[in-house]
Amino acid sequence: MCLAVPGKILETKEENGSRLGRVQFGGITRQVQLDFVPEAVIGDYVIVHVGFALSTVNAEEAERTYQLLAEMGMLDEELGSGQDSGVRIPDSGSSGSGSAES
Amino acid sequence: MKYLDEYRDARLARGLIADIAQRTTRPWVLMEICGGQTHTLMRYGIDELIPPQVELVHGPGCPVCVTALETIDRAIQIASLPRVILVSYGDMLRVPGSHSDLFHVKAAGGDVRVAYSPMEALKVARANPERKVVFLGIGFETTAPANAMAVWQGAREGLGNFSMLASHFLVPPAIRMLLESPRNRVQGFIAPGHVCTVMGYRQYDELSRKYGVPIVVGGFEPVDLLEAISMLLAQLEQGRAEVENQYVRSVSCEGNRPAQELMDKVFEVCDRKWRGIGLIPQSGLRLRAEFAAHDAERVFDVAATTTEEPVECISALVLQGLKKPVDCPAFAVRCTPETPLGAPMVSGEGACAAYYQYRRPAHKL
Repeated sequence: MCLAVPGKILETKEENGSRLGRVQFGGITRQVQLDFVPEAVIGDYVIVHVGFALSTVNAEEAERTYQLLAEMGMLDEELGSGQDSGVRIPDSGSSGSGSAES
Repeated sequence: MKYLDEYRDARLARGLIADIAQRTTRPWVLMEICGGQTHTLMRYGIDELIPPQVELVHGPGCPVCVTALETIDRAIQIASLPRVILVSYGDMLRVPGSHSDLFHVKAAGGDVRVAYSPMEALKVARANPERKVVFLGIGFETTAPANAMAVWQGAREGLGNFSMLASHFLVPPAIRMLLESPRNRVQGFIAPGHVCTVMGYRQYDELSRKYGVPIVVGGFEPVDLLEAISMLLAQLEQGRAEVENQYVRSVSCEGNRPAQELMDKVFEVCDRKWRGIGLIPQSGLRLRAEFAAHDAERVFDVAATTTEEPVECISALVLQGLKKPVDCPAFAVRCTPETPLGAPMVSGEGACAAYYQYRRPAHKL
Protein backbone atom coordinates (compact mmCIF):
# COMPACT_ATOMS: atom_id res chain seq x y z
CA MET A 1 0.00 0.00 0.00
CA CYS A 2 2.88 2.40 0.54
CA LEU A 3 4.01 1.41 -2.87
CA ALA A 4 5.00 4.58 -4.66
CA VAL A 5 6.82 4.68 -7.97
CA PRO A 6 8.99 7.35 -9.63
CA GLY A 7 7.87 8.61 -13.03
CA LYS A 8 8.65 11.45 -15.41
CA ILE A 9 6.19 14.28 -16.11
CA LEU A 10 5.59 14.55 -19.85
CA GLU A 11 2.65 16.98 -19.91
CA THR A 12 0.52 18.92 -17.50
CA LYS A 13 -2.99 20.40 -17.69
CA GLU A 14 -5.63 21.98 -15.51
CA GLU A 15 -8.94 20.22 -15.04
CA ASN A 16 -11.71 20.70 -12.52
CA GLY A 17 -9.55 22.89 -10.30
CA SER A 18 -6.73 20.34 -10.20
CA ARG A 19 -3.39 20.14 -11.93
CA LEU A 20 -2.99 16.84 -13.72
CA GLY A 21 0.08 15.36 -15.31
CA ARG A 22 0.76 12.67 -17.86
CA VAL A 23 3.55 10.72 -16.19
CA GLN A 24 5.72 8.04 -17.73
CA PHE A 25 6.74 4.99 -15.72
CA GLY A 26 9.05 2.81 -17.79
CA GLY A 27 6.90 1.66 -20.67
CA ILE A 28 3.55 3.05 -19.57
CA THR A 29 2.04 6.47 -18.98
CA ARG A 30 -0.68 7.32 -16.48
CA GLN A 31 -2.61 10.38 -15.49
CA VAL A 32 -1.43 11.64 -12.12
CA GLN A 33 -2.74 14.38 -9.85
CA LEU A 34 -0.09 17.02 -9.21
CA ASP A 35 -2.01 18.96 -6.55
CA PHE A 36 0.60 18.24 -3.88
CA VAL A 37 3.63 19.13 -6.01
CA PRO A 38 2.90 22.65 -7.33
CA GLU A 39 6.62 23.16 -7.99
CA ALA A 40 6.94 20.13 -10.30
CA VAL A 41 7.35 20.89 -13.99
CA ILE A 42 7.58 18.92 -17.23
CA GLY A 43 10.75 16.86 -17.20
CA ASP A 44 10.76 16.42 -13.41
CA TYR A 45 10.50 13.01 -11.84
CA VAL A 46 7.82 12.60 -9.20
CA ILE A 47 7.09 9.84 -6.69
CA VAL A 48 3.51 8.66 -7.29
CA HIS A 49 1.19 6.87 -4.86
CA VAL A 50 -2.44 5.93 -5.60
CA GLY A 51 -2.58 8.38 -8.48
CA PHE A 52 -1.04 11.35 -6.65
CA ALA A 53 2.48 12.76 -6.87
CA LEU A 54 3.82 13.09 -3.32
CA SER A 55 7.26 14.53 -4.00
CA THR A 56 9.50 15.77 -6.76
CA VAL A 57 12.66 13.67 -6.93
CA ASN A 58 15.60 15.68 -5.74
CA ALA A 59 17.87 14.91 -8.67
CA GLU A 60 20.95 16.55 -7.13
CA GLU A 61 20.71 14.60 -3.90
CA ALA A 62 20.02 11.41 -5.77
CA GLU A 63 23.09 11.94 -7.94
CA ARG A 64 25.33 12.82 -5.01
CA THR A 65 24.39 9.79 -2.97
CA TYR A 66 24.56 7.52 -5.99
CA GLN A 67 28.16 8.60 -6.57
CA LEU A 68 29.08 7.87 -2.94
CA LEU A 69 27.50 4.45 -3.11
CA ALA A 70 29.15 3.70 -6.43
CA GLU A 71 32.53 4.50 -4.92
CA MET A 72 31.77 2.17 -2.04
CA GLY A 73 30.79 -0.51 -4.53
CA MET A 74 33.95 -0.04 -6.60
CA LEU A 75 36.12 -0.10 -3.53
CA ASP A 76 34.60 -3.40 -2.49
CA GLU A 77 35.25 -4.83 -5.95
CA GLU A 78 38.88 -3.70 -5.99
CA LEU A 79 39.64 -5.08 -2.58
CA GLY A 80 37.62 -8.26 -3.05
CA SER A 81 35.12 -9.00 -0.30
CA GLY A 82 36.47 -6.89 2.58
CA GLN A 83 36.22 -9.62 5.22
CA ASP A 84 37.91 -12.50 3.39
CA SER A 85 40.96 -10.57 2.34
CA GLY A 86 41.45 -9.36 5.88
CA VAL A 87 41.63 -5.79 4.67
CA ARG A 88 39.71 -3.29 6.76
CA ILE A 89 37.98 -0.77 4.52
CA PRO A 90 39.02 2.57 6.02
CA ASP A 91 36.16 4.50 7.55
CA SER A 92 35.96 7.61 5.39
CA GLY A 93 34.30 9.42 8.26
CA SER A 94 30.84 9.52 6.73
CA SER A 95 28.20 7.25 8.12
CA GLY A 96 26.77 6.70 4.68
CA SER A 97 25.24 9.48 2.65
CA GLY A 98 22.35 11.80 3.27
CA SER A 99 22.58 12.34 7.02
CA ALA A 100 20.33 14.99 8.52
CA GLU A 101 23.24 17.35 8.84
CA SER A 102 24.71 17.28 5.35
CA MET B 1 13.47 2.73 -14.84
CA LYS B 2 15.18 5.79 -13.54
CA TYR B 3 15.36 6.20 -9.78
CA LEU B 4 14.46 2.54 -9.36
CA ASP B 5 17.03 0.46 -11.22
CA GLU B 6 19.98 2.24 -9.67
CA TYR B 7 18.72 1.22 -6.26
CA ARG B 8 18.63 -2.42 -7.27
CA ASP B 9 22.22 -2.35 -8.52
CA ALA B 10 24.06 -5.41 -7.23
CA ARG B 11 27.42 -3.69 -7.18
CA LEU B 12 26.13 -0.91 -4.94
CA ALA B 13 24.49 -3.53 -2.75
CA ARG B 14 27.72 -5.50 -2.38
CA GLY B 15 29.57 -2.36 -1.37
CA LEU B 16 27.01 -1.68 1.33
CA ILE B 17 27.00 -5.28 2.54
CA ALA B 18 30.77 -5.16 2.93
CA ASP B 19 30.45 -1.84 4.75
CA ILE B 20 27.84 -3.29 7.11
CA ALA B 21 29.97 -6.36 7.77
CA GLN B 22 33.00 -4.35 8.81
CA ARG B 23 30.95 -1.99 10.99
CA THR B 24 29.21 -4.63 13.05
CA THR B 25 31.05 -5.65 16.18
CA ARG B 26 28.14 -6.88 18.31
CA PRO B 27 24.47 -7.98 18.12
CA TRP B 28 21.81 -5.45 17.28
CA VAL B 29 18.05 -5.59 16.77
CA LEU B 30 16.59 -3.33 14.09
CA MET B 31 13.03 -2.82 12.97
CA GLU B 32 11.75 -1.67 9.62
CA ILE B 33 8.33 -0.11 10.10
CA CYS B 34 6.75 -0.43 6.70
CA GLY B 35 5.40 -3.63 5.18
CA GLY B 36 6.67 -2.55 1.78
CA GLN B 37 10.17 -2.48 3.26
CA THR B 38 9.62 -5.93 4.78
CA HIS B 39 8.79 -7.30 1.37
CA THR B 40 11.95 -5.90 -0.18
CA LEU B 41 14.08 -7.32 2.63
CA MET B 42 12.57 -10.75 2.18
CA ARG B 43 12.54 -10.69 -1.59
CA TYR B 44 16.20 -9.79 -1.91
CA GLY B 45 17.24 -11.91 1.06
CA ILE B 46 18.81 -8.92 2.76
CA ASP B 47 18.29 -10.44 6.19
CA GLU B 48 20.52 -13.31 5.05
CA LEU B 49 23.18 -11.09 3.47
CA ILE B 50 23.91 -8.99 6.55
CA PRO B 51 25.86 -10.38 9.52
CA PRO B 52 23.83 -12.83 11.61
CA GLN B 53 24.30 -10.64 14.71
CA VAL B 54 22.06 -8.03 13.09
CA GLU B 55 18.47 -9.13 13.58
CA LEU B 56 15.68 -7.53 11.60
CA VAL B 57 12.22 -7.56 13.13
CA HIS B 58 9.16 -6.46 11.22
CA GLY B 59 6.93 -3.59 12.25
CA PRO B 60 3.22 -2.84 11.99
CA GLY B 61 3.39 -0.63 8.92
CA CYS B 62 0.76 -2.45 6.93
CA PRO B 63 -2.53 -0.56 6.93
CA VAL B 64 -4.41 -3.52 5.52
CA CYS B 65 -3.08 -5.63 8.41
CA VAL B 66 -3.93 -3.16 11.18
CA THR B 67 -7.35 -2.03 9.98
CA ALA B 68 -9.69 -2.99 12.83
CA LEU B 69 -11.84 -6.05 12.49
CA GLU B 70 -14.83 -3.82 13.28
CA THR B 71 -14.03 -1.71 10.20
CA ILE B 72 -13.85 -4.75 7.95
CA ASP B 73 -17.13 -6.05 9.34
CA ARG B 74 -18.71 -2.64 8.87
CA ALA B 75 -17.46 -2.46 5.28
CA ILE B 76 -18.90 -5.91 4.62
CA GLN B 77 -22.25 -4.87 6.09
CA ILE B 78 -22.35 -1.69 4.03
CA ALA B 79 -21.32 -3.49 0.86
CA SER B 80 -24.14 -5.98 1.41
CA LEU B 81 -26.79 -3.26 1.51
CA PRO B 82 -28.94 -2.87 -1.60
CA ARG B 83 -27.97 -0.10 -4.04
CA VAL B 84 -24.56 0.42 -2.44
CA ILE B 85 -21.35 0.32 -4.45
CA LEU B 86 -18.31 -0.24 -2.27
CA VAL B 87 -15.01 0.85 -3.80
CA SER B 88 -11.77 -0.31 -2.23
CA TYR B 89 -8.05 -0.68 -2.72
CA GLY B 90 -7.42 -4.16 -4.06
CA ASP B 91 -5.76 -5.95 -1.21
CA MET B 92 -8.61 -5.27 1.20
CA LEU B 93 -10.84 -7.69 -0.63
CA ARG B 94 -9.56 -10.89 0.89
CA VAL B 95 -8.93 -9.61 4.41
CA PRO B 96 -10.88 -11.85 6.76
CA GLY B 97 -13.68 -10.23 8.70
CA SER B 98 -15.42 -12.01 11.58
CA HIS B 99 -17.50 -14.18 9.25
CA SER B 100 -16.79 -13.17 5.68
CA ASP B 101 -14.74 -10.86 3.48
CA LEU B 102 -15.42 -8.37 0.70
CA PHE B 103 -14.44 -10.87 -1.94
CA HIS B 104 -17.23 -13.19 -0.82
CA VAL B 105 -19.67 -10.29 -0.75
CA LYS B 106 -18.73 -9.62 -4.35
CA ALA B 107 -19.02 -13.28 -5.27
CA ALA B 108 -22.50 -13.33 -3.76
CA GLY B 109 -23.57 -10.45 -6.01
CA GLY B 110 -22.57 -7.38 -4.00
CA ASP B 111 -21.23 -4.44 -6.00
CA VAL B 112 -17.66 -4.28 -4.76
CA ARG B 113 -15.14 -2.58 -7.03
CA VAL B 114 -11.38 -2.25 -6.87
CA ALA B 115 -9.73 1.11 -7.44
CA TYR B 116 -6.12 2.19 -7.81
CA SER B 117 -6.92 5.76 -6.77
CA PRO B 118 -9.64 7.19 -4.51
CA MET B 119 -10.55 9.61 -7.31
CA GLU B 120 -11.95 6.62 -9.21
CA ALA B 121 -14.54 6.27 -6.46
CA LEU B 122 -15.65 9.83 -7.20
CA LYS B 123 -16.03 8.91 -10.85
CA VAL B 124 -18.23 5.96 -9.87
CA ALA B 125 -20.33 8.26 -7.67
CA ARG B 126 -20.80 10.77 -10.49
CA ALA B 127 -21.77 8.01 -12.91
CA ASN B 128 -24.26 6.41 -10.51
CA PRO B 129 -26.24 9.24 -8.87
CA GLU B 130 -29.02 6.92 -7.73
CA ARG B 131 -26.63 4.58 -5.87
CA LYS B 132 -24.71 5.19 -2.66
CA VAL B 133 -20.97 4.94 -3.30
CA VAL B 134 -18.69 4.23 -0.35
CA PHE B 135 -14.90 4.32 -0.54
CA LEU B 136 -12.98 2.22 1.97
CA GLY B 137 -10.24 4.74 2.70
CA ILE B 138 -7.50 2.98 4.60
CA GLY B 139 -3.87 3.85 4.93
CA PHE B 140 -1.09 5.51 6.82
CA GLU B 141 0.01 9.10 6.33
CA THR B 142 1.17 8.22 2.80
CA THR B 143 -2.37 7.65 1.60
CA ALA B 144 -4.13 10.23 3.77
CA PRO B 145 -3.60 13.17 1.37
CA ALA B 146 -5.15 11.26 -1.55
CA ASN B 147 -8.06 10.05 0.56
CA ALA B 148 -8.50 13.60 1.89
CA MET B 149 -8.59 14.95 -1.66
CA ALA B 150 -11.38 12.55 -2.59
CA VAL B 151 -13.54 13.75 0.30
CA TRP B 152 -12.58 17.38 -0.29
CA GLN B 153 -13.47 17.15 -3.97
CA GLY B 154 -16.67 15.19 -3.26
CA ALA B 155 -17.78 17.84 -0.78
CA ARG B 156 -16.91 20.66 -3.19
CA GLU B 157 -19.01 19.07 -5.92
CA GLY B 158 -21.85 18.35 -3.55
CA LEU B 159 -21.67 14.64 -4.41
CA GLY B 160 -24.36 13.63 -1.96
CA ASN B 161 -24.09 9.93 -2.77
CA PHE B 162 -20.36 9.69 -2.02
CA SER B 163 -18.93 8.85 1.39
CA MET B 164 -15.74 7.39 2.81
CA LEU B 165 -15.24 4.79 5.51
CA ALA B 166 -11.97 6.07 6.94
CA SER B 167 -9.42 3.84 8.63
CA HIS B 168 -6.27 5.90 8.95
CA PHE B 169 -3.23 5.26 11.08
CA LEU B 170 -0.28 7.36 12.21
CA VAL B 171 3.22 5.95 12.58
CA PRO B 172 4.87 7.89 15.43
CA PRO B 173 2.34 6.80 18.11
CA ALA B 174 2.93 3.19 17.10
CA ILE B 175 6.68 3.56 17.48
CA ARG B 176 6.11 5.14 20.88
CA MET B 177 3.90 2.20 21.90
CA LEU B 178 6.57 -0.28 20.83
CA LEU B 179 9.30 1.62 22.70
CA GLU B 180 7.15 1.82 25.85
CA SER B 181 6.57 -1.91 25.89
CA PRO B 182 8.66 -3.85 28.44
CA ARG B 183 9.08 -6.56 25.79
CA ASN B 184 10.73 -4.22 23.32
CA ARG B 185 14.06 -5.40 21.97
CA VAL B 186 14.34 -2.98 19.04
CA GLN B 187 17.39 -0.71 19.26
CA GLY B 188 17.09 1.16 15.97
CA PHE B 189 14.29 1.93 13.50
CA ILE B 190 14.04 2.31 9.76
CA ALA B 191 11.27 4.88 9.42
CA PRO B 192 8.91 4.54 6.45
CA GLY B 193 10.13 6.60 3.51
CA HIS B 194 6.79 7.40 1.92
CA VAL B 195 5.07 8.29 5.17
CA CYS B 196 7.95 10.69 5.75
CA THR B 197 7.70 11.99 2.18
CA VAL B 198 4.34 13.36 3.28
CA MET B 199 5.03 14.21 6.92
CA GLY B 200 8.74 14.98 7.01
CA TYR B 201 10.72 13.60 9.92
CA ARG B 202 10.49 16.23 12.63
CA GLN B 203 8.08 14.08 14.60
CA TYR B 204 10.77 11.45 15.05
CA ASP B 205 13.22 13.80 16.81
CA GLU B 206 11.28 13.63 20.04
CA LEU B 207 11.10 9.83 19.94
CA SER B 208 14.79 9.47 19.17
CA ARG B 209 15.75 11.82 21.98
CA LYS B 210 13.35 10.55 24.61
CA TYR B 211 14.08 6.85 24.09
CA GLY B 212 17.69 7.16 22.95
CA VAL B 213 17.15 5.25 19.71
CA PRO B 214 18.57 6.00 16.29
CA ILE B 215 15.95 6.41 13.56
CA VAL B 216 16.82 6.47 9.87
CA VAL B 217 14.24 7.35 7.24
CA GLY B 218 14.61 4.67 4.58
CA GLY B 219 13.44 4.04 1.03
CA PHE B 220 12.09 0.84 -0.43
CA GLU B 221 14.64 -0.55 -2.83
CA PRO B 222 17.33 -2.98 -1.69
CA VAL B 223 20.11 -0.38 -1.91
CA ASP B 224 17.98 2.06 0.11
CA LEU B 225 17.42 -0.44 2.89
CA LEU B 226 21.03 -1.56 2.97
CA GLU B 227 22.12 2.05 3.22
CA ALA B 228 19.60 2.72 5.99
CA ILE B 229 20.84 -0.36 7.86
CA SER B 230 24.41 0.83 7.46
CA MET B 231 23.50 4.26 8.83
CA LEU B 232 21.68 2.74 11.81
CA LEU B 233 24.60 0.46 12.61
CA ALA B 234 27.05 3.35 12.38
CA GLN B 235 25.00 5.21 14.96
CA LEU B 236 24.61 2.21 17.24
CA GLU B 237 28.29 1.27 17.09
CA GLN B 238 29.25 4.88 17.77
CA GLY B 239 26.72 5.28 20.58
CA ARG B 240 24.70 7.96 18.82
CA ALA B 241 20.91 8.30 18.72
CA GLU B 242 19.69 10.72 16.08
CA VAL B 243 17.25 11.01 13.24
CA GLU B 244 18.90 10.71 9.83
CA ASN B 245 17.50 10.62 6.32
CA GLN B 246 18.63 8.00 3.83
CA TYR B 247 15.80 8.58 1.38
CA VAL B 248 16.99 12.07 0.42
CA ARG B 249 15.69 11.88 -3.12
CA SER B 250 12.12 11.94 -1.82
CA VAL B 251 12.11 13.03 1.82
CA SER B 252 12.78 16.45 3.29
CA CYS B 253 12.70 17.45 6.93
CA GLU B 254 9.47 19.43 6.49
CA GLY B 255 7.75 16.94 4.23
CA ASN B 256 5.00 17.90 1.81
CA ARG B 257 3.27 21.05 3.03
CA PRO B 258 0.32 21.15 0.58
CA ALA B 259 -0.46 17.52 1.43
CA GLN B 260 -0.26 18.16 5.17
CA GLU B 261 -2.51 21.21 4.85
CA LEU B 262 -5.21 19.28 3.04
CA MET B 263 -4.99 16.42 5.54
CA ASP B 264 -5.47 18.94 8.31
CA LYS B 265 -8.52 20.48 6.60
CA VAL B 266 -10.25 17.13 6.15
CA PHE B 267 -9.04 14.94 9.03
CA GLU B 268 -8.47 15.25 12.74
CA VAL B 269 -6.42 13.05 15.05
CA CYS B 270 -8.34 10.47 17.09
CA ASP B 271 -7.75 7.36 19.15
CA ARG B 272 -7.64 4.24 17.02
CA LYS B 273 -7.80 0.52 17.51
CA TRP B 274 -5.10 -1.39 15.62
CA ARG B 275 -6.08 -4.92 14.72
CA GLY B 276 -4.23 -7.33 16.94
CA ILE B 277 -2.46 -4.61 18.89
CA GLY B 278 -5.38 -2.79 20.48
CA LEU B 279 -6.12 0.84 21.12
CA ILE B 280 -3.27 3.30 20.63
CA PRO B 281 -4.27 6.81 21.77
CA GLN B 282 -4.14 9.60 19.19
CA SER B 283 -2.91 7.19 16.55
CA GLY B 284 -5.60 7.60 13.93
CA LEU B 285 -7.32 10.10 11.71
CA ARG B 286 -11.04 10.58 11.29
CA LEU B 287 -13.09 12.90 9.11
CA ARG B 288 -13.84 16.27 10.65
CA ALA B 289 -17.44 17.04 11.63
CA GLU B 290 -17.94 19.38 8.67
CA PHE B 291 -17.59 16.36 6.37
CA ALA B 292 -20.23 14.34 8.21
CA ALA B 293 -22.32 14.05 5.06
CA HIS B 294 -19.43 12.14 3.46
CA ASP B 295 -18.48 10.07 6.50
CA ALA B 296 -19.75 6.53 6.00
CA GLU B 297 -19.59 5.96 9.76
CA ARG B 298 -22.36 8.53 10.15
CA VAL B 299 -24.20 8.02 6.87
CA PHE B 300 -24.77 4.32 7.45
CA ASP B 301 -26.40 3.31 10.66
CA VAL B 302 -25.08 -0.23 10.84
CA ALA B 303 -25.43 -2.02 14.16
CA ALA B 304 -22.24 -2.91 16.01
CA THR B 305 -21.28 -6.51 15.48
CA THR B 306 -19.48 -8.85 17.80
CA THR B 307 -16.06 -9.40 16.33
CA GLU B 308 -14.31 -12.73 16.28
CA GLU B 309 -10.67 -13.29 15.47
CA PRO B 310 -9.56 -16.79 14.52
CA VAL B 311 -8.04 -18.33 17.63
CA GLU B 312 -4.91 -19.55 15.87
CA CYS B 313 -3.84 -16.25 14.34
CA ILE B 314 -0.78 -14.71 16.01
CA SER B 315 -0.73 -11.60 13.82
CA ALA B 316 -0.75 -9.33 16.88
CA LEU B 317 2.65 -10.70 17.88
CA VAL B 318 3.96 -10.60 14.31
CA LEU B 319 2.93 -6.96 13.86
CA GLN B 320 4.86 -5.95 16.96
CA GLY B 321 7.95 -7.85 15.89
CA LEU B 322 7.65 -10.31 18.78
CA LYS B 323 7.23 -13.37 16.58
CA LYS B 324 8.12 -14.17 13.01
CA PRO B 325 5.50 -15.59 10.62
CA VAL B 326 7.36 -18.90 10.50
CA ASP B 327 6.84 -19.23 14.27
CA CYS B 328 3.11 -19.63 13.69
CA PRO B 329 1.89 -23.26 13.66
CA ALA B 330 -0.75 -22.39 11.05
CA PHE B 331 1.74 -20.70 8.69
CA ALA B 332 1.57 -22.13 5.16
CA VAL B 333 -0.53 -25.00 6.46
CA ARG B 334 -3.95 -23.72 7.49
CA CYS B 335 -3.10 -20.09 6.73
CA THR B 336 -2.24 -19.28 3.13
CA PRO B 337 -2.96 -16.33 0.85
CA GLU B 338 -6.00 -18.19 -0.50
CA THR B 339 -7.28 -19.19 2.94
CA PRO B 340 -5.90 -16.50 5.26
CA LEU B 341 -6.56 -16.62 8.98
CA GLY B 342 -5.41 -13.05 9.40
CA ALA B 343 -4.65 -9.92 7.45
CA PRO B 344 -0.82 -10.13 7.27
CA MET B 345 -1.11 -13.23 5.08
CA VAL B 346 -3.30 -11.56 2.53
CA SER B 347 -1.97 -8.03 2.35
CA GLY B 348 0.57 -7.08 -0.29
CA GLU B 349 2.62 -5.64 2.55
CA GLY B 350 1.92 -8.23 5.20
CA ALA B 351 4.90 -9.91 6.84
CA CYS B 352 3.24 -13.33 6.62
CA ALA B 353 2.60 -12.90 2.91
CA ALA B 354 6.25 -11.90 2.41
CA TYR B 355 7.49 -14.99 4.22
CA TYR B 356 5.03 -17.16 2.34
CA GLN B 357 6.30 -15.86 -0.96
CA TYR B 358 10.00 -15.79 -0.26
CA ARG B 359 10.75 -17.86 2.80
CA ARG B 360 8.58 -20.93 3.07
CA PRO B 361 10.46 -23.90 4.50
CA ALA B 362 11.04 -26.52 1.83
CA HIS B 363 8.65 -29.04 3.30
CA LYS B 364 5.80 -26.53 3.09
CA LEU B 365 6.19 -25.70 -0.61
